[in-house]
Amino acid sequence: MPNKTALPFVLLLLAAAIFPTAMFSGYHLFQLTMVVVYAIAILGLAMLTGINGQISLGHGAFYAIGAYSTAILMASWDVPYWVTLPISALVCAGVGFLVGLPALRLGGLYLALTTFALAVAIPQILKHKLFEDWTGGVQGLVIDKPEAPFGLNLTSDQWLYLFALGVATILYVLAINLTQGRIGRAMRAVRDHAVAAEAMGIDLAMLKTRTFAVSAMYTGIAGSLGAMAVAFVAPDSFTVFLSITFFVGLVAGGAASIGGTVLGAVFIEFVPNLADKVSKAAPGAVYGVILIAMMFLMPQGAGGFVAMIWRKLMRAGGR
Amino acid sequence: MPNQGQGPVRAAARHEGTHETQSDTGYATNGTRPPMTADSDQPLLRIAGVKMRFGGVVALGGVSFDVAHGQIRGLIGPNGSGKTTLFNCISGIYRFMEGDILFEGRSLAKVARHNMANVGLGRTFQNVALFKPLSVRDNILVGAHHLARSGFIANALRLPGVRREDAAAQTRLNDLMDLLDLHAVADTPAGSLPFGTQKRVEMARALIGAPKLLLLDEPAAGLNHSEVDELAELILQVRDHFKLSVLLVEHHMSLVMRVSDKVVALEFGLKIADGTPDEVRAEPEVIRAYLGDTHQEPVH
Repeated sequence: MPNKTALPFVLLLLAAAIFPTAMFSGYHLFQLTMVVVYAIAILGLAMLTGINGQISLGHGAFYAIGAYSTAILMASWDVPYWVTLPISALVCAGVGFLVGLPALRLGGLYLALTTFALAVAIPQILKHKLFEDWTGGVQGLVIDKPEAPFGLNLTSDQWLYLFALGVATILYVLAINLTQGRIGRAMRAVRDHAVAAEAMGIDLAMLKTRTFAVSAMYTGIAGSLGAMAVAFVAPDSFTVFLSITFFVGLVAGGAASIGGTVLGAVFIEFVPNLADKVSKAAPGAVYGVILIAMMFLMPQGAGGFVAMIWRKLMRAGGR
Repeated sequence: MPNQGQGPVRAAARHEGTHETQSDTGYATNGTRPPMTADSDQPLLRIAGVKMRFGGVVALGGVSFDVAHGQIRGLIGPNGSGKTTLFNCISGIYRFMEGDILFEGRSLAKVARHNMANVGLGRTFQNVALFKPLSVRDNILVGAHHLARSGFIANALRLPGVRREDAAAQTRLNDLMDLLDLHAVADTPAGSLPFGTQKRVEMARALIGAPKLLLLDEPAAGLNHSEVDELAELILQVRDHFKLSVLLVEHHMSLVMRVSDKVVALEFGLKIADGTPDEVRAEPEVIRAYLGDTHQEPVH
């Protein structure tokens, strides 16, 4: 199985990922934490859109629901930060399942529009008077940054980075298991030919709604971690643009590639900053040019590009 | 005429053997439901007076025939005769309006499409419907989906049950790749293979699910002469190896006549002939339907 050969690389990757804790502090470490957070969010989207073929342009909504679940639990009920994660996961999985139901009738582009509508609506729902007592309305909610436990000599930024990394590791292992086995094959089969998949005994409705739930759960957990990292949630942090950004990260990473999601997260975290450095006047234009250039140079996304280089190296090494 | 080469010889030999065991009742055309019979002489599949209309167009006007255990049943007819409609009724794509389709005595009328594989129906598609970006291996393994039960959580945690299921599927996969000579392309994306190879992959995908009845929808379409010969051999081989029945919907007359134990011919949604290939070939209605009134020669 690929799991066993991949293990040393995963450990190496983890070691490399833990390393910055000692090297960086403050803002840079925060940026890395956000890379981990975005990677989880994009991983959720990758399972739904890349692997199962259900296009979502509204995953920012699940990210927002996850973030608010954690913020409300912490601010209103003093729930420990780590306890909010499973609760937020369940809430988002439930919402994802419900959104997945109409998705069964709406194929392709119509589903994209429906999820887009969800993303458009969510900031306004969060601002609505009805929920103001919980959500803090336009003001949002301020929460405390988690402190390192067991008297560990770490700043809260360092601890949160390691915490997010640990959660991400577990979620990636589960996602890899899920997408490499029987269920993952079924997800891809439904994407590639739904009629044939059904004739092979795959229950389309069940598979698609559950995939939606898992996807929303992942992105929701990312939202929870993101809320902890920023220590603040407000409706205007979760505009449509966030959903589009996740989609950009998904495509930039390589839509159906699990490993590519990390590269997609790096892209959406750092490329806007990079564009800003290149041109203060028109960072959007630079960002656009980088995006287009990338599509030309790496049509399979960054994940596909790395996989291709890897194959070439292996072949060269084999000779 | 197709009676050349080795295929027909084998086919003929088999005809002798299967005729005694056939429980074909000749039950037909009056559209009433057949009495439920005991397991022993019950056909595997019974089409009983199936009617289907699209708007005002009658696609099937009450078709009845049986497929016996271990039988290869050819289903022929000119374009628009209702072959594909009937095929889609059996596989649950269409819901027929009258009559019934019984599989091992159980009605398929209300069976959900994704349960057809579980009931024992395997199928291939006209023009091939593979999961193109997936490897040949994964394509075939999808066919074993309904044999396993593990869900999302068990898979994510790779529980021991999942490993057992995987191992079982892997064994079946290897056997089928042996039989259909697919080992060399196991890791190739199915969509990049030649058409003939894709058809073999599709056959493997249908067979790994251990069907009792294999539905083949125009398997010869798009194949050249020698590939059709190989296909004929393959269908016979598969039937003997897996002890299953085959319903073969096909335009290619020489293939149908060569491999079928019995053939049923449709025209305008009605059955015009039902019998052994020789009987059907000699049936004036069939000759007329295929070649028009003036021709004397039976179809090639």
